[in-house]
Amino acid sequence: MSTNPKPIAAPGGDAPLRTPTNYQTRAMRLNSARRYLMNHLVTVLAVLSTVAVVVPLVAIFAYLLYKGASSLNLAFFTHIPAPVGEPGGGMANSIVGSAIVLALASSMGVPVGIAAGVYLAEYGRGKMLAMAVRFTADVLNGIPSIVMGIAAYSLIVMRQMHFSAFSGGVALAIMMVPTITRTTEEMLMTVPHAIREAALGLGVPKWRTVVSVSLRTASPGIITGCMLAFARVAGETAPLLFTAFGNQFWSFKLNEPIAALPLQIYVYAISPYDEWHRLAWAGALVLILMIMVSVTLVRIYAARGILKGAS
Amino acid sequence: MGVGIDVEHLNAWYGTNHTLQDINLSIPANHATALIGPSGCGKSTFVRCLNRMHETNPIARATGVVKMGELDIYKDASPVDIRRRVGMVFQRPNPFPTMSIYDNVASGLKLNGFRNKAILDETVERSLKAAALWEEVKDDLKKKSGASLSGGQQQRMCIARALAVDPEVLLMDEPASALDPVSTSKIEDLIFQLKSQYTIVIVTHNMQQAARVAENTGFFLNGKMVEFNSTDKIFTMPSDKRTEDYITGRFG
Amino acid sequence: MTTRIKFQQSLDDLKERLLMMAGMAEQAIQRSIEAYRTRDLSICELVFRAEPAINRMEREIDQLALDLLAMEQPMAIDLRFILSVIRINADLERVGDQAVNIAVRVREMGAFANIDLPVDIPRLASLASAMVRKALQAFIEADADLAQSVLMLDDQVDEMNDAAFDTLSALIKEKPELTPQSLNALIIARNLERVGDHATNIAEDVIFWVRGADIRHKSGVA
Repeated sequence: MSTNPKPIAAPGGDAPLRTPTNYQTRAMRLNSARRYLMNHLVTVLAVLSTVAVVVPLVAIFAYLLYKGASSLNLAFFTHIPAPVGEPGGGMANSIVGSAIVLALASSMGVPVGIAAGVYLAEYGRGKMLAMAVRFTADVLNGIPSIVMGIAAYSLIVMRQMHFSAFSGGVALAIMMVPTITRTTEEMLMTVPHAIREAALGLGVPKWRTVVSVSLRTASPGIITGCMLAFARVAGETAPLLFTAFGNQFWSFKLNEPIAALPLQIYVYAISPYDEWHRLAWAGALVLILMIMVSVTLVRIYAARGILKGAS
Repeated sequence: MGVGIDVEHLNAWYGTNHTLQDINLSIPANHATALIGPSGCGKSTFVRCLNRMHETNPIARATGVVKMGELDIYKDASPVDIRRRVGMVFQRPNPFPTMSIYDNVASGLKLNGFRNKAILDETVERSLKAAALWEEVKDDLKKKSGASLSGGQQQRMCIARALAVDPEVLLMDEPASALDPVSTSKIEDLIFQLKSQYTIVIVTHNMQQAARVAENTGFFLNGKMVEFNSTDKIFTMPSDKRTEDYITGRFG
Repeated sequence: MTTRIKFQQSLDDLKERLLMMAGMAEQAIQRSIEAYRTRDLSICELVFRAEPAINRMEREIDQLALDLLAMEQPMAIDLRFILSVIRINADLERVGDQAVNIAVRVREMGAFANIDLPVDIPRLASLASAMVRKALQAFIEADADLAQSVLMLDDQVDEMNDAAFDTLSALIKEKPELTPQSLNALIIARNLERVGDHATNIAEDVIFWVRGADIRHKSGVA
């Protein structure tokens, strides 16, 4: 652009030279300035959006910390709730109870979800049954959690004539399945077909190819899917209302009502007692912390697992 | 150690597309046979019928007789058995990304339940040496992931992986098309050395490669096999005009 | 519209140059026989002066053929064509050499009395150059049958050469004073017989190119 050709003499004498090259340069310069501006504008918008998302999260966490941290003491983690009116007490049984119910739910939901995902991705492509399964999963995903609770209530609680941890686990498991199924299917679809072919070409039977090659390659993504499902159901209250039902005392039996953290928080929060309100805030904080810790642990384990597999 | 393959009246379809039409040919044992032809002529489909990979596609179908020695591979054996005797190397190297070099090469054995460490070690070393890759990777066998090697090395590793299960036939679908000239040369030299132990079938776009590597060449066109003869005859004095047009590069 | 335009043009170029070379070689033979008939030494000079051009042309054609082999990876019929061109090129250069040899003999004979020898050299020459022309015609038209017919003419040329040998040997015994002229004529006859052999080679090369059949050295001892 610096080596301009000889300027053409303009008709009309010695007016300022308006050669084609000059015109282009100016237009290009204007265009360039506008694009620069647009670039910066969009960057700023993106940053603002990120801030807008992160700020509420941080704010919530900070507020919980503020309201609940003072109530966290050893007693909180070791004692069961005190009788009405008495100070002190803790939510130890709810924490343990949540852990038990979530473990139950995962043990039922994860295998079923992964199996369904494997079917959809590896065996059922194009088949009618696969389309039905996918449709069912999508519908289940959209069902309100309270309806899940009612379904588990009528299927299990009414049959057994009592509330139980087991029924709570079932309700939560059903809620986990659609997410795990869809994520597993999508992650398996990202496994390149070439490496499946490589395994088949070596004379590895199809089931073994699915397990040792497809699942293994897609495992980081599948684990993420399971974590997402876990995190979602960990905080669910409604399904547990008429299944686990809650329990003021220690309980480790699966066919008895059991306490759960979200449930207990709900009960305490709508109560008229300040003492219980205090415990509710602490409980909410603990719940968030539990989810964060478990998600982080799984992430670390999965990442190490990938590297291990590569060595 | 290799075995010959006889193909009689092989027809193959992808859905309604009649990809292979009445192919008859005999692939001699312990020789390299090249299959050439324009894109879409069916040579890859043909090769995939030889190790029953064709049928892994749900809309694929094949009829006819393919015999390995005396064995009819469609009637007398399962696909899994056949694929253990007929190995395959693909156009693009496809190492297992989550496995180390050692695990990749041993995968054919490991994934079939083999656990004896001593035998696995020996097999991995033997296969990597046969694939001319041992010297380059012997110190990083378990530390490096299979996908961290260069393209040429990955392809040689895939060859080692195929050799580790001790097949009788080795099918190579354009093995060097994604590689640079140096890697290509190494792989061609490899084929030359492997010929004495295995029967090799190589599909290639590159006629000069077919000429360098194979004793016999078959020319495919539009799903039919037009001519099959010794490579020097095909390239100096082909009997069919269509073969000559393809070889001299005169299309249209 | 076939592909490989550049290669096809190169092949056509190679063919043209070979035909130009053929023209030059044929002209050399014609001139040398004309010199024999008229004993005109200036025509001999023409033949000598035309020789370097033929040699230069031979080198050019060989270089072009070599380049095509290296750069274009010719196969099948193209490969046979280029190989034939290389061989025909060599034969044509030697035809040019024979023309020079004949012209040298004519110049030698110029020092001696001009007598009529009982040998029909011009007829032998016309037969030999007809063979060359026919072989090149077969090349132009890629006609293997025409090339085949050239092979059969070689016997005639050989017979005529043998007859000339016998006649001239007898003449030398009979009239020793005519020895120089007879010997030169004998050598000229032999040169023309060699030209016939080169024409045969050219015809065999054409058959190799067109049919892929290598029929060299199949005919009996000449």
